[in-house]
Amino acid sequence: MREQHDDNDLLVILRHGPHGSSWLKEGLDAALVAAAFGRRVSLLFMGEGVTALMTNQQTGALGQKGTAATLEMLEMYDIETLLVDAQGLSCLGLSSEELMLEVECLSSAALARVLSGHRLVLTF
Amino acid sequence: MRYAILLMGAPYSNQASHSALRFAHAVVERGHRLEAVFFYHDGVQNAAGLAAPPQDEPHLGEAWVSLANEHRVALQVCIAAALRRGLLDEREAVRHGKDGVSVQAPFELTGLGQLIDLGTRCDRLVTFGP
Repeated sequence: MREQHDDNDLLVILRHGPHGSSWLKEGLDAALVAAAFGRRVSLLFMGEGVTALMTNQQTGALGQKGTAATLEMLEMYDIETLLVDAQGLSCLGLSSEELMLEVECLSSAALARVLSGHRLVLTF
Repeated sequence: MRYAILLMGAPYSNQASHSALRFAHAVVERGHRLEAVFFYHDGVQNAAGLAAPPQDEPHLGEAWVSLANEHRVALQVCIAAALRRGLLDEREAVRHGKDGVSVQAPFELTGLGQLIDLGTRCDRLVTFGP
């Protein structure tokens, strides 16, 4: 984990699950656009946001497209740093092995270092 | 310093828009440059030109327009977030075959790339949300 600020780095924090609001979708949209513009994007899933990574997601009854398909495309956008708040995961009784993508679980202290290591942070 | 604001709260639904507006005035009163306000998520509703709040309440839409005119602040609205919430400028109204136009200058419909650009160009990008 680098702690040096790099102006090209962007941290996008996702705190909402895939359904119930458009926060996750619109947060991911911002991340994809940033990556398409050449930013090096890291995603941090916090709190309820970790449910974005659950396997076997359906699109839901509300006509939403869901976000799982977008997450599967992250690699194509060179978004490879996927960070998860370990406490958020354990609060929901989940483990990183149950998630659809490979992630790095971070303690609270490590989270603080990630935040201070980024000049630009967008929180959704 | 060069500032930009990211506003993601709907007007009159929560405090975010009011706080962002007060922060915007504080920034320019302190002699800083406010480059732009970027409206995203429910914040795009701030650009609703048809909003008609009671006369004894602050008119947020007009307040943003005054800020833009007095201090040359760009009012950038995410086009994808705006279109699905019924916020269309003249060009988009024609393109989508709609009778009404709900977004007028100085609000401008633009892409998320502008938000990323602001984050890079400005010394501070400050987010307001619910």
